[in-house]
Amino acid sequence: MLALFIRDIRLAMRAGGGFGLALAFFLILVTLVPFGVGTDVAVLSKIAPGILWVGALLSSLLSLDRIFALDREDGTLDVLATAPIPLEGVVIAKAAAHWVTTGLPLAFAAPALGVLLHLPAPGHLWLLITLAIGTPALSMIGAFGAALTVGLKRGGLLLSLLVLPLYVPTLIFGAETAARAIAGQAATTPLLLLAGITLGSVALLPFASAAVLRVNLR
Amino acid sequence: MHLTVSKLGVARGGVRLLEGLSFDVPAGTALILRGPNGSGKTTLLRTLAGLQPPVGGQIAPGPDHMAYSAHADAIKAALTVSENLAFWARVFGTSDFEPAITAFRLGALLDRPAGELSSGQKRRLGLARLMLTGRPIWCLDEPTVSLDAEAVAWFGDVVRGHLQTGGSAVIATHIDLRLAAPELDLAAFKARVPLIDQAF
Repeated sequence: MLALFIRDIRLAMRAGGGFGLALAFFLILVTLVPFGVGTDVAVLSKIAPGILWVGALLSSLLSLDRIFALDREDGTLDVLATAPIPLEGVVIAKAAAHWVTTGLPLAFAAPALGVLLHLPAPGHLWLLITLAIGTPALSMIGAFGAALTVGLKRGGLLLSLLVLPLYVPTLIFGAETAARAIAGQAATTPLLLLAGITLGSVALLPFASAAVLRVNLR
Repeated sequence: MHLTVSKLGVARGGVRLLEGLSFDVPAGTALILRGPNGSGKTTLLRTLAGLQPPVGGQIAPGPDHMAYSAHADAIKAALTVSENLAFWARVFGTSDFEPAITAFRLGALLDRPAGELSSGQKRRLGLARLMLTGRPIWCLDEPTVSLDAEAVAWFGDVVRGHLQTGGSAVIATHIDLRLAAPELDLAAFKARVPLIDQAF
């Protein structure tokens, strides 16, 4: 499993691996927002946590279809399915590698990009915290969607349609936590719900994804 | 290891291809699968490897004893030859991949990105993975595609070496590997009722 995790990170870092894709998209999106909504500080600082969360969510969506499709095309998935690693472990390793190469860099980039949106002072830390807690769920749910669509050519559209509704709770509680913390209100409840979604998806979705992969490999 | 298949039925995409298939492959021997395109060679090998469930019958031992090699080589173009080999060695829990490098003459290619290899060289790298699996039964689907005559001979040596150490192999091929192995024509086991009603 560790070998697979390291290999996936290495592949993402190499040329054509798509490591910079999510970060670049995130940067472009956040840079464009002030051009679209104007430079009113009050407006920008109010929508900043929501924009940063939506941006992070859309960015992590970009590289989802690579999780299994590339391995399926070159036959790697067949060999992994017959390897001594359980398929559930394959899913966990690949989702973890996806998180390390997209979700984690996004979480660290968000506070810096928050400056562009006049994010109020305590918000930088809270965005880092909520994104670090919430993005593993995005990678895990995304891996499940990628497993569902692995047999399809150009399955990207279907993958987005399947995955986006499942992303909504993470988005709501993540952005809500950050917004409440910035406003000085109690943020524990949405934070716990956010963590709950992440833990629940990490606990359950590897089994669902592995079952779906087995069907798709037939 | 002795492979026993009894009354096996296999299907692909809801269409039953083979039925009533029974054969034995004792340890140290190979079985060559023959049959026209679409006769179920690939589906049979995928079923043996555990990638899809049989629609009836038994296979012993289970998929944990099978090494599967298909048309695709399971190679990552962005990794070097040695990184590809090291990855599969770690996945299958072996550390010694020198014999595989020697057998398929990959020594001079180790630091090259796998994406720059010719298709024959890629095939050699893909076949070298078999030696890293440590599995006793090899299920090989057209293993000699894009290999030149010399590489086919190397591959024949590897299979003979595997058989001499008590392994066995089921090989779908149109090329004579000089294995002195029995042949099984799948045309004789073509399913008479191709459609299966149950969803599986």
